Amino acid sequence: MSWIDKILPSGVRREGAKRSSVPEGLWKKCVKCEAVLYRPDLERNDDVCPKCDHHMRIGARRRLDIFLDRDGREEIFTDIEPVDRLKFKDKKRYRDRLSQAQKETGEKDALIAMRGTLAGQPLVCVAFEFAFHGGSMGYAVGEKFTRAAQLALREQIPLVCFSASGGARMQEALISLMQMAKTSAVLERLKQAGVPYFSVLTDPIYGGVSASLALLGDVNIAEPDARAGFAGPNIIEQTIRQKLPKGFQRSEFLLEHGAIDMIVHRNDMRDTIARLLAKFAGTPVVERSDSDSDSEDDSASDEAGEAAVDYLPDDRDD
Amino acid sequence: MNPNYLDFEQPIAELEVKIEELQLVGSDADINISEEIRTLREKSAKLTEKIYSNLSAWDIVKVARHPQRPYTLDYIPRIFTDFDELHGDRHFGDDRAIVGGTARLQGRPVMVIGQEKGRAVKDKVMRNFGMPKPEGYRKALRLMQMAERFRMPVITLIDTPGAYPGIDSEERGISEAIAQNLAVMSRLSTPVICVVIGEGSSGGALGIGVGDHLAMLQYSTYFVISPEGCANIIWKSSEHAPDAAQAMGVTSSVLQDLGIVDATIPEPMGGAHRDVDRMAERIQSHLVTQLEKLSAIPTDQMLEQRYQRLMSYGN
Repeated sequence: MSWIDKILPSGVRREGAKRSSVPEGLWKKCVKCEAVLYRPDLERNDDVCPKCDHHMRIGARRRLDIFLDRDGREEIFTDIEPVDRLKFKDKKRYRDRLSQAQKETGEKDALIAMRGTLAGQPLVCVAFEFAFHGGSMGYAVGEKFTRAAQLALREQIPLVCFSASGGARMQEALISLMQMAKTSAVLERLKQAGVPYFSVLTDPIYGGVSASLALLGDVNIAEPDARAGFAGPNIIEQTIRQKLPKGFQRSEFLLEHGAIDMIVHRNDMRDTIARLLAKFAGTPVVERSDSDSDSEDDSASDEAGEAAVDYLPDDRDD
Repeated sequence: MNPNYLDFEQPIAELEVKIEELQLVGSDADINISEEIRTLREKSAKLTEKIYSNLSAWDIVKVARHPQRPYTLDYIPRIFTDFDELHGDRHFGDDRAIVGGTARLQGRPVMVIGQEKGRAVKDKVMRNFGMPKPEGYRKALRLMQMAERFRMPVITLIDTPGAYPGIDSEERGISEAIAQNLAVMSRLSTPVICVVIGEGSSGGALGIGVGDHLAMLQYSTYFVISPEGCANIIWKSSEHAPDAAQAMGVTSSVLQDLGIVDATIPEPMGGAHRDVDRMAERIQSHLVTQLEKLSAIPTDQMLEQRYQRLMSYGN
């Protein structure tokens, strides 16, 4: 028994002593490999565990922060707020649930939209805030996504979406369901107009978001080991009354079954998307990622940098 | 309990039994009981009217799922003529949970697509209880695009407990299949009319449900998640399904107020299953009227209207 245990009152002594060996703040435990990680190291690595490569869940702002170029970012459509059209009430009022989520996250709803640049190329980028009501899509999310897409369409610049969502928001009932139709409709306009839409699936994506905007990308990308599917694993297990295979609905499963184009490491996300978009736009080879000076010395990122020396766009005449 | 009647309908069932008994007596006796039967019939009708004028959201969910409720294949021969069923998605298989094909609506060629739950046990199994898999949505998409090429309006009949939640469904990309339909239906350059005839459950319903006009039968339901599912998540118990149904507003009256549903087609007293022919007639006349309206609008304008309407959801 250490000296500190001796001076602590017995009630507090052993309870959770193991857990408290990781102090809040400077250290973080990886949820997968349980390695204790120095937070600045973790942050420098885009919140990917340097030991086991587990991609931790990150918030929408952090996501946009590590993805977009440092300069020239502007948050857009900040005026959109959730509406409780049904005056939904279960054990709690939806209105109260909303205020609570707003207080906890500091966000109005579960989607953040920005315009900015990626390796100098202008684009519109949206990211889901999973901490807000499980990233669920109701009116506010659908509306903001739609307006972001319309902006991309007007300006003929690409749209990139990072989704993380439990699906449609129950408390807005059919209004939520119709956001699926709404977002899919605007994406179809982008498609018809030849405006690229890249969808990045981050853990987890289910239900109404999966069955609409998340899988309609010209290019669908997933982070490693992200879970995505229409029905949740519990529902499927209950329906078919058998255990699900290992890796079911994980990124690797999605790739194997043709639902996504590629799995991309978070460290490589900027370079990969920049490289792809430049080809879609027919512009010359993209410069190396420059916004995140921290990742300059990261080896994974270096490899991606080399791979970025790619072909020039084909002659469009043939 | 009479299985042909729902729990809240049992008083009606009792009266109907009495009427039946009296009719049997009447046929082999001289006593004039027709007067008595007539009174009971009136009473039964009044009682039905009374019960049905005061249904809760959960009661309506039950009517929409009534085992005798008419399904797509009950309506098709009554609403259309010349129906030729077309099968297969051309990639994987033919999903019997979705039925589709060309037909005529009062002479005019149309493409009709609907979810089918199946009646007898064997039929239900074959049709996976009306829960489509990706190939079902892809078949629907193929037929809709074909309709567009041959200038046939598309009519969809929605009635599903949801897209099938299974391993194979996920493997073949159920999410993508539904999403693709939403995207393409939003711009299909032919009129699209959707009618919820029974249970419109979530993305599985919406997957054939994007169009110019959305109608619901009076006692059909449309929800983002089944009341049981919602209750399980929020209340941690499916026993709260009636509360969930109420809270989510799953009926046409609420959804029309929200501006999501355009029209409610009234059902015969006691629900569509009490008089399928009459119900079919009403759906037919609604379809004809709506189709005439849509056909009068230039296609570009119709598509812009459809798009703007989609954009307005929730505003």
